[in-house]
Amino acid sequence: MNLEQQDFYTQAILSMAALVGLTSFLMLGQGRLLRLIFVFALQGLLLTQTTALAAYSLDSHHLYISALLTLVLKVLFIPWMLRRQVLMLNLHRDVEALKNNTFVMLGGAALMVFSYYVLHPIVQTSSAVMLNALAVSLSVVLLGMLLMISHRQAIAHVVGFMSIENGLFFAAIVATRGMPMVVELGIAFDVLVAAVLFGIFFFHISTSIDSLDVDRMNRLHEVDR
Amino acid sequence: MIAAYLVMLIPLIGILFFAFVGHQRETGQLNVRFNAVTLLATIWLAVNVLNNGTILSAGKAFIVDSFNVYLIVLTAFVGLTTSIFSAPYMEHEKQRGKLTEKRLKLYYSMYQGFMLAMYLVLTTNNMGVMWVAMEGATLATVLLVSLYRTPESIEAAWKYFILCGVGIAQALFGTILLYYAAVQIGDGDNALLWSVLFDNAARLNPEILELAFVFMLIGYGTKIGLVPLHNWLPDAHSEGPTPMSAVLSGLLLNDALYAVVRNKMLVDGATHTNMAGLLMMGFGLLSFLVAALFLHRQKDIKRLFSYSSIEHMGVMTFAFGMGGASATFAALLHMTVHSLTKSAIFVTVGHAAQLAGTQQMEKIRGLIKTQPEIGWGLLIGTVAIAGFPPFGVFTSEFLVLVATMHSYPWLAPVLLLGIGVAFAGLFRHIQPIVYGERPEGQQPIKANLWPVMIHLALVLWLGLAIPDFLANWFSQATQLISGSVPL
Repeated sequence: MNLEQQDFYTQAILSMAALVGLTSFLMLGQGRLLRLIFVFALQGLLLTQTTALAAYSLDSHHLYISALLTLVLKVLFIPWMLRRQVLMLNLHRDVEALKNNTFVMLGGAALMVFSYYVLHPIVQTSSAVMLNALAVSLSVVLLGMLLMISHRQAIAHVVGFMSIENGLFFAAIVATRGMPMVVELGIAFDVLVAAVLFGIFFFHISTSIDSLDVDRMNRLHEVDR
Repeated sequence: MIAAYLVMLIPLIGILFFAFVGHQRETGQLNVRFNAVTLLATIWLAVNVLNNGTILSAGKAFIVDSFNVYLIVLTAFVGLTTSIFSAPYMEHEKQRGKLTEKRLKLYYSMYQGFMLAMYLVLTTNNMGVMWVAMEGATLATVLLVSLYRTPESIEAAWKYFILCGVGIAQALFGTILLYYAAVQIGDGDNALLWSVLFDNAARLNPEILELAFVFMLIGYGTKIGLVPLHNWLPDAHSEGPTPMSAVLSGLLLNDALYAVVRNKMLVDGATHTNMAGLLMMGFGLLSFLVAALFLHRQKDIKRLFSYSSIEHMGVMTFAFGMGGASATFAALLHMTVHSLTKSAIFVTVGHAAQLAGTQQMEKIRGLIKTQPEIGWGLLIGTVAIAGFPPFGVFTSEFLVLVATMHSYPWLAPVLLLGIGVAFAGLFRHIQPIVYGERPEGQQPIKANLWPVMIHLALVLWLGLAIPDFLANWFSQATQLISGSVPL
């Protein structure tokens, strides 16, 4: 595939995919919660731009609505809520010492390669652009999971969770011009409810174990020892 | 079709009613009435389907066919009987000071919310909406699992939230891939409708659908509780309030499996290979064996039976994966009898735990001596779930075994071994609980065992003879899923 021969829209989408992937890596290596939340908001902004771009270039007007939803939910509301929680619980001063940061980053790179490998069969059925876009979305999903595994703070888990949704939305926009409107609205509703529930849970977790370090939630065992 | 809208509307009114009107003395009874009215609506719907065949609503938003209609009735039925049990149970929990008025309000509101999500999963024709409703069910139950606000219950709810949220995100990726395959052959707005996809399944791209199914199976499989994605299930069941365990085991797991089977029907149509089936068989068998072994090491009575749920979901996934008429028929029957038996067991377990004041099996003793109906209820329930004749679970497991003998004879001994191990695991724990010496000062409690008796009687009936209309439903559903008529 030769990049210069593609039309403007394709080139723009590919750059967006690269930037979205980059923000996932930035989040993965981030030990400070406020910066983590900032990068997450940045990823949301990239997603909003991608959606608006797709809405404009492909002339599918319902995507403007989902761009607006993304902007309100993922760029403004959720980062604002998380930031407030961090400040309220006084977590912004601690730096989370990430164990094996090098290995985590290498693992992230491996996951990206793996995503390309998994999605390779579809290259016969569609353009190489699609492969890139879908593979980046899948790797954002997997990197979000890795973020949740490597961080111990509950807030980082929520950021990972929400960035997984970002990856899924990216796939939906680029591959299929967004899902049908009723589905998009439903998913947005679920994300909103989930965000509110997370807020409730931060409160309960911090009152029950006196911190948001999920490693200290270890009362339940698979079998009794 | 009005019936289908009613089924959705009544729980919706229920959510708002309990959230805003607030807690009164009779809230538990009101919850029962809401569920009873919904059950009547589902029966009306079922009669419609039985007379007229598949119903597709205007705009194709909802589909009710022979496969989901019996699950809808089952959902409403278990929802009703569990609400009958939960009214005095929650009142008792309140008297013990474990719950406040405000939490009870939340409980009843979310109970209706959960029921709404379940009906939506079952009736919707849109694969995307199905996903949304499934995630909605998680959100509704997360608050219920943490209802007691103990550190354990909060940990369990957090684990459930994160694991199921992340897991089910994979199913959304699968749905996006499915949509991607669908828009290549058709128009955008209707492309995610199951009825449209099913009619055009042969034209869908097989490579993309195979990929999509892997993600779907992992995603919804987390919800079914398939090993190794089952980790949230025993915790959520053991820490949440008992009526919740009954509906989680009896309904939620079924609905997740329903979603997988709907997807399998599409994938089978597109690929013409058994790839989806083989994956399901592998996961199902693994879950079945691992859960059977884990039964032996449990100390908490609710964890014990949640592992038994994993085991039975494994059997169903295995049977649906094997495909073919008789295995599919057996799986459908097993879904029904497992739901009925397991919710009955959780109801009795709830009473037993209240009686003994603990969920630790070592401390629950002498049930038959203290309160015979609870002891016998638990014993008969366990006999039924372990697959003894003449109960319905025996019939369905036997049919699965026969189908295995036909298609994969070398797997039959593995199945038999697993059933044996699970049986031993259950009885080594339950035998001392019901027959043991009763502790000092153990007093009978006020218990309503009607739901249990009705459930167990139904399971017994299904074991002795399957009524004609039900067999007819199952046959039609089997034909829909596997493409051939059973036996």
